[in-house]
Amino acid sequence: MARGNGSKDTIIEVRDVVVGFGEHIVLNRVDLDVYRGEILGFVGGSGAGKSVLMRTIIGLLPKRAGTIKVLGVDMAAASDDARRAVERRWGVLFQQGALFSSLSVRENLQFPVREYLDLSQRLLDELVIAKLDMVGLDASVCEKFPSELSGGMTKRVALARALALDPDIVFLDEPTSGLDPIGAGEFDNLIATLQRTLGLTVFMVTHDLDSLHTVCDRIAVLADGKVIAAGAMDVMLASKHPWLQAYFHGKRSRADHAERQ
Amino acid sequence: MSDMLLEGKAQGGQLKLAGAGAWTAQNARALEALIDGETARAGKLRQVDIDMRGVERLDTFGAWLLERLVRDFSARGCQTSVSGLREDYRALIDELHAVKPEQAPAHGNGQSLTYALGSIGQSIAAIGESFTAFINMLGALVAVVGRVALRPRGFRFTSLVHQLDNVAWRAVPIILLITFLIGCIIAQQGLFHFRKFGADIYVVDMVGILVLREIGVLIVAIMVAGRSGSAYTAELGSMKMREEIDALRTMGFDPIEVLILPRIVALIIGVPILTFLGSMAALYGGGIVCWLYGGIDPDIFLSRLKEAITIDHFKVGMIKAPFMAMIVGVVASVEGLAVKGSAESLGLQTTASVVESIFLVIVLDGLFAIFFASIGM
Repeated sequence: MARGNGSKDTIIEVRDVVVGFGEHIVLNRVDLDVYRGEILGFVGGSGAGKSVLMRTIIGLLPKRAGTIKVLGVDMAAASDDARRAVERRWGVLFQQGALFSSLSVRENLQFPVREYLDLSQRLLDELVIAKLDMVGLDASVCEKFPSELSGGMTKRVALARALALDPDIVFLDEPTSGLDPIGAGEFDNLIATLQRTLGLTVFMVTHDLDSLHTVCDRIAVLADGKVIAAGAMDVMLASKHPWLQAYFHGKRSRADHAERQ
Repeated sequence: MSDMLLEGKAQGGQLKLAGAGAWTAQNARALEALIDGETARAGKLRQVDIDMRGVERLDTFGAWLLERLVRDFSARGCQTSVSGLREDYRALIDELHAVKPEQAPAHGNGQSLTYALGSIGQSIAAIGESFTAFINMLGALVAVVGRVALRPRGFRFTSLVHQLDNVAWRAVPIILLITFLIGCIIAQQGLFHFRKFGADIYVVDMVGILVLREIGVLIVAIMVAGRSGSAYTAELGSMKMREEIDALRTMGFDPIEVLILPRIVALIIGVPILTFLGSMAALYGGGIVCWLYGGIDPDIFLSRLKEAITIDHFKVGMIKAPFMAMIVGVVASVEGLAVKGSAESLGLQTTASVVESIFLVIVLDGLFAIFFASIGM
């Protein structure tokens, strides 16, 4: 379900990026474009370096070569202020949620807002309820601590925190892992809805074939340290690359089920 | 620029509001003040029209403030209409319109007096709880020791050696240094004050008895509580947080047997050795200060020491050591297993572990003093 995004405005531009740990080169001259307003699904085998690329883009890992431009700003060359301005415009959902365990849900959601904006306590409280409502939770979780939340709730609260500052880009690291199929489906719908209402650009590292089918506009595939393909689902299904064949036509793929029926 | 965000014109019972500019997070504070100003407007209003044509950008912050404006006027019984909103923002407005107007539960802990009394009560209950937990752990340990005695092959010997290396061998340099310095300080203070009435030589008695009976074992126990007790609590606590202890249990292992027994046995073996080494280092330090600062020759120091101390003084110190080791180990394990999910709780329990074990070590030392005095040792 490709949404028409008439002009292709590149929001993240990755060029020739090399990342390695010691002798081991994980990403070898990777190129990737993410366009404004799309949901990009980023797939690859376990250990192929999907999360590494995501963490490199958001500046948690150093790169050895190449350039990364986010919202037109070259992150390596930018001044601290310029980089911080960009950082404010993205939100990150970490795989385990990474909620601050000593803060309640309310304080977790208010933390970034309080740091960056000078708002009244009333508005902060109202916004927490609004954000929780958007991710499908009610106000009763406000005073809970992260250790008291279930897996699905943790993901939702973490998503709400990622959205706290109304970012332009949201990075999701395996958002549906650890959720049951119903919960994962709901989470996919949630992401699609939020993407529409807030006009987000979503960069989603995932293994969930259902997510790829239902919510992703485009899919980029990482293998052997390179992005070997990027495009819509039908491009992926038509590809002859052996890894893509195995991934999208394997026993667990929906395309295969459909073909058999 | 902020006065551009919202402008209002009242005409009789009708209020016309015109929004403009960027209704985004950046301007949220100014916008909130303007909106509160408009909703606080006096006079009878029946009709409120909000014209949003001038709004260039809208995010969740702005959209929520618009929603609040509409709700506040509606609550006052006004007819409210919003017009001129750009179509792409419709979904966001609808989303926020659906938010139920519930209030978040109030923060704070109610009245301060009840809160103060409540927290006193809670801390007293917590003392009771940690006492039962301590007794519980002791009992569980005895049961495990009984089980291991029946089949000694089940004892984790490798783990014991590893822990011994950590708590005893690696602790030797710091323990030697600290007890040496303490010995020096005691001797120097003694010399300084005893000299006034010509009793220099009795410094040797004081250093010998104090070090062998009390200071050696106390300093070592306190150092071990800070060095190894805290490490035990943090290790066990993070294992608990990551469900490793639950994993052991489901595989049919008893975490007390696998994790805690080797650690406590290592302490019980290690602390007496450290106490012996520490006492010797303290005597050595005392001897050096007596020689260099007090002019008491090493020969005289040694012969005086031989007269001043008996084997009983040495035994008193060494008998106490394993008991202190056990207190430190049990408290550290109890606190480690009490860690809950959060990083904050790990820090709290580690602090509690060190404070409690040092406190209990000193209490136990007092009890031993009474006991040894009454049996005449």
